[in-house]
Amino acid sequence: MATEMTGREPVYVWEAPVRLWHWVMALAMVVLAVTGYFIASPLPSTPGEASDNYLLGYIRFAHFAAAYVFTIFLLVRIYWVFAGNKFAREIFAVPRSMLKPSWWGGLIDQGLYYAFLKKEARSYQGHNPLAQAAMFFMYLLGSLFMIVTGFALYGEGTGMGSWQYKLFSSWVIPLFGQSQDVHTWHHLGMWYLILFTIIHVYIVVREDISSRETVISTMVNGWRVPKP
Amino acid sequence: MTPTFYEVMRQQGITRRSFLKFCSLTAASLGLGAGGATKIAHALETKPRVPVVWLHGLECTCCTESFIRSAHPLASDLVLSMLSLDYDDTIMAAAGHQAEAALEDTITRYKGKYILAVEGNPPLGDDGVFCIPGGRPFVDKLRRVAKDAAAVVAWGSCASWGCVQAARPNPTKATPIHQVIDNPVVKVPGCPPIAEVMTGVVTYIVTFGRLPELDRQGRPKMFYSQRIHDKCYRRPHFDAGQFVEAWDDRGAREGYCLYKMGCKGPTTYNACSTVRWNEGVSFPIGSGHGCIGCSEDGFWDKGSFYDRLTNIKEFGIEANADRVGATVAIVAGAAVAAHAAVTAIKRARSAKSNEKVEK
Ligand code: HEM
Ligand code: SF4
Repeated sequence: MATEMTGREPVYVWEAPVRLWHWVMALAMVVLAVTGYFIASPLPSTPGEASDNYLLGYIRFAHFAAAYVFTIFLLVRIYWVFAGNKFAREIFAVPRSMLKPSWWGGLIDQGLYYAFLKKEARSYQGHNPLAQAAMFFMYLLGSLFMIVTGFALYGEGTGMGSWQYKLFSSWVIPLFGQSQDVHTWHHLGMWYLILFTIIHVYIVVREDISSRETVISTMVNGWRVPKP
Repeated sequence: MTPTFYEVMRQQGITRRSFLKFCSLTAASLGLGAGGATKIAHALETKPRVPVVWLHGLECTCCTESFIRSAHPLASDLVLSMLSLDYDDTIMAAAGHQAEAALEDTITRYKGKYILAVEGNPPLGDDGVFCIPGGRPFVDKLRRVAKDAAAVVAWGSCASWGCVQAARPNPTKATPIHQVIDNPVVKVPGCPPIAEVMTGVVTYIVTFGRLPELDRQGRPKMFYSQRIHDKCYRRPHFDAGQFVEAWDDRGAREGYCLYKMGCKGPTTYNACSTVRWNEGVSFPIGSGHGCIGCSEDGFWDKGSFYDRLTNIKEFGIEANADRVGATVAIVAGAAVAAHAAVTAIKRARSAKSNEKVEK
C-alpha cells in the first residue's frame, strides 16, 4: 500500500525506532562494505612478527561485529512491522501491494516522472510505489541475501557443531556448489547493495530539493512537512 | 568359512605386534579415542574378512598411487593385501579373462556383502565409448557391481565430483558415480585423496560394518569437517595481515600467508594441513604454493589457481566480482549524474517560464 498526501498538514511517518534503525543500518552497511572489501583484497603486508600484528584479524572482527548488528537490527525491524505504524509496514508489504492495480498505477506514474515524461509526481506520505519496490527488491532481499550467505561463511569458521553452520552453511554451501562460490556471490551482493545505495542517496537528495515535501529531515525528526 | 581379517593378515606374514600398531594408528587417525584401538583389533580378529572390489573408470590412477604410499607402510601393505585378494584391475596379479572371472566370482559369492571402491568415473557421452574396460562401457560394469554392494566408496574428485575430465565443456560427459547408481556413496574427494584418509575410511567401514558419519555432501566428517585454512600453520600470518605478494618477495621467504596468491585453503575442506602428505613430510602450502582446492566440487572451473577473487563465468564474461561490481557502480554513477543534469536543466527552464507567467 502507499498513502498519498491529502492536505498540507505535516504527517508523522517515521517513528523513533525506525529512524534509529535506519541510521544504525546505514552505518553497519558502510562498515561491512569497507571491511568486506579489505577481507577480499587485504591491505599491503604489515612488517614484523606475526604475533605482534592482528590487522586482518581486527578487520574481520569489525566485519563480524557489524554483521551481528546488521542482522539483529533487521530482526528487530521485522518485529516493528507488527508493532509500528502503517508506514513501518510499507517496504515489507510489497508482495501484497503488488496484487493491487492501483499500486501498479502509482509505480508506472512514478517511473514516467523519473523518465521526465510526466511533470509532477503524486505526493506520498511514506514511500511511493517505486521506492517501495526498490526498498523491497534491492535493500530488503539484498540484505537478507547477505545475511544468509554471510552466516554460511561464518559457520565455516565456527565449525560443524555451531548453530551458524547448522542453520546456514549446511545448506547454503551445497546450494551454491562450494565455498568459493558463496564467497563470490557474497561479494557480488555487496555491489548490489552499493548500487542500491547510489540510487537511494541520489533520489533522496533530488526529492529533498525538488519535491513538495521534506525528505531528508523526515528520517531525522520523523515528520513529513509540506514545503511552503 | 571366510577367514577373519586377522587371519588373513597373519597369513600375509604380518606379526601380531605390527597388527596392534596398525590398530592404534588407525584409531588415532579416525579420532576414536582411548578405547578405539582395542575395538578395531577386536573387530578385525572376530569378523570375517569383507571383500573389497576396486573399479577403475575414467581416471589417472593418482588415487591408487596415493594409496600405496600410505604413511605407515604397514597400513598400505595390510589393506592392500586384503584388497588385491579380490579385484583391482590395476594392482591385482591376474589379468584379462582371469581377472574378469575373479570379479564375477567375488560379486556372486559375496552378494550384498562386498565393498565397492570406485576410482574415476563413467563418461556417458556417445554411449560410453570413452571408457571400455573388458569390452563394455564402464558405466555398465559400475552399475552391475554396485547393485549388490554393501557399501560404495568414491575415491578422489573424479568419482566424487567429476574432476578434470568433467571440467567445462566436459566433452565425454564424465559423470560422478552417485549420479548413475542408487547406493549411498561415501565420497573421499581430493586429487588424489590423502593415503591415510583412504586407509582410514576403508578400515572404518570393514571394522564397524557401517559407513562413517557423513556431511551433507557425503564426505566422512572425521576428515572433511574443517578447511585447510582452519588448521594451516601460516594462519597467524593471515590474521596478522602478512601476505606473500609476489613469488620471490621477502614474504615468500618468511613463509607468509598465500591468500593473495590465490590460496584456496579458506574454501577447501580436507585434512592436508593436519595429516599432510608423504609420511607427514609436507603439503602444498608447506612448500610455498597455495592450495588449489583439489577436493572441492568443480575446482577446475573456478577460475585461476592464483587469483583470490576468481572469475565469474555465469555472466558469459571473464571478470571477477570487483570488476563486475565496479562497472555496474560506474554506470549507475554516470546515469545518476546525467539524470541530475537533466533535472537541473528542466528546473531552470520551468523556473524561467514561471517568472514569465508572473510577469
Ligand atoms: C551489507 C552487508 C555485507 C557486506 C557488504 C559484506 C561484504 C563482504 C565482502 C565483500 C566479503 C569478501 C568476500 C570475498 O571473499 O570475496 C565478505 C566476507 C565475509 N562476510 Fe560479509 N558482508 C555483509 C554482511 C555479512 C553478514 C551479515 C555476515 C554474517 C556473519 C558476513 C560474514 C562474512 C564472512 C564470514 C566473510 C568471510 C570472511 C573471511 O573469508 O575471512 N557478512 N563480506
Ligand atoms: S596459506 Fe592459505 S590456508 Fe594457510 S592461512 Fe593463508 S590462506 Fe589460509
